Amino acid sequence: MMVEIQHLKKDYAGQAVLLNFSLALPGRGVTALCGPSGCGKTTLLRLIAGLERADGGSITGLAGKRISMVFQEDRLLPWCTAEQNIALAAPKADAALWLEKMGLAAARRKLPGELSGGMRRRVAIARALAYDGDLFLLDEPFKALDDATRASVIACAMRSMQGKPTLLVTHELVEAATMADTVLLLGGPPLQVLREVRLPLPQLGRDAGQIREYCRQLEQARGE
Amino acid sequence: MTISTTAADKRRGKSFLWKIAAALFWVAAWAILSRCIGQELLVPSPAQVIVRLSQLLRETDFWRITAGSLLRIMCGYLAAVAAGVGLAVLTHAAPFLHALVSPLMGIIKATPVASFIILALVWLRGSHIPPFAAFLMVLPIVWGNVSEGLRNTDGKLLEMARMFRLGPWKTAWRIYAPSVLPYFMAGCTTGLGLAWKAGVAAEVLAMPRDSIGLQLYDAKVYLETTDLFAWTLVIIALSMLLEKLLVALMRCLSGRFFCPVREQKEGAG
Repeated sequence: MMVEIQHLKKDYAGQAVLLNFSLALPGRGVTALCGPSGCGKTTLLRLIAGLERADGGSITGLAGKRISMVFQEDRLLPWCTAEQNIALAAPKADAALWLEKMGLAAARRKLPGELSGGMRRRVAIARALAYDGDLFLLDEPFKALDDATRASVIACAMRSMQGKPTLLVTHELVEAATMADTVLLLGGPPLQVLREVRLPLPQLGRDAGQIREYCRQLEQARGE
Repeated sequence: MTISTTAADKRRGKSFLWKIAAALFWVAAWAILSRCIGQELLVPSPAQVIVRLSQLLRETDFWRITAGSLLRIMCGYLAAVAAGVGLAVLTHAAPFLHALVSPLMGIIKATPVASFIILALVWLRGSHIPPFAAFLMVLPIVWGNVSEGLRNTDGKLLEMARMFRLGPWKTAWRIYAPSVLPYFMAGCTTGLGLAWKAGVAAEVLAMPRDSIGLQLYDAKVYLETTDLFAWTLVIIALSMLLEKLLVALMRCLSGRFFCPVREQKEGAG
């Protein structure tokens, strides 16, 4: 599956957030979108998800496709337990197992209000992974996670997504260096690709040294 | 956990004692007022009213009359709750319908209940007027509250439901229903008190057989002020009892359907 974005336009209150924006997402692997706040990354994700209508242009390659999304906010039902939140979106998945993978086995029957910010985030990630869409849209998915938890959640996510096409919005270069095949350094509004950096090694084969090296490359590209 | 439970118990106990003290204060004020006036015809004493009430409670007619009023008013109330919820769902789904219905509800809300009752005296049979009056009092309140609850349902959760393809049934049951429930409960409890007031007022004017309203009318005609007070106490007690029952029922249903079993809260860090 290849998602083609062509000449996309979107205005908010007279300001162009996207103006003739075009992008071809590869059929496999993670594409990271890194850019300053307000440049239009989330708007792009919402347009791809079909949550907003573009003012012009087209997005093709999504017909009949299921999309797993991690929103910027957790968007968990406050009256449902962690397990129920996952089961609601993915009734066929083993919600308890997904929570166990996220290190939340003991939180199965807790309500979101009884969980910490990091725990709620992991439930939201588990829900998107359990739903197992054809395309993954991750909007700053690992914020509120400490380094060790983030590393284990990223490893779990990478295994679960199995190379399916993924768009990752992040401000953390280390997340992009760990997960992405391609990193788009963005500017705007209107949203534009300033640099495209390819990170060739397979993600699951990257060690700490390789990730540090990729981070350095991304820092350099961002500074240019 | 034990410490906080004990503290909560103590607070509840204290609040209960305050309620009892407040009730006793007002009964005492009533007794003093009655003694100052010195005429049972104008203000009977609490003791006289309680004696009359205990006599009424022993009569079979009392229970038939109370059941008659209860049945009539609750029929109107329940019909209004059902219609209010149904209409709110429809007007939420179709904004043009909301624009159409909204002024009508505003007019019903602003019209004095006496006007409806007098009109209904022309249109309907006597026994149908109390449920009609109760229906008209409750309908705009339930409609307004449920509509507001639907409007205030978190759009971000609805987007999530769309994204994960929850479908209309799950979205309604898992997102809309728990969001609307507090608004619905508030509408139902407010409406219940109004239904009683409007229903009994309609009974006084329409005078259907076996009705509390007819007893109030008779008490007025025969200047039996003690009877008037006793029947008024019955209305107040029934209204409070029904409200408590309704709240308990709603809590039970909401706990059963929307809130899962919780484990003891642990420190979340």
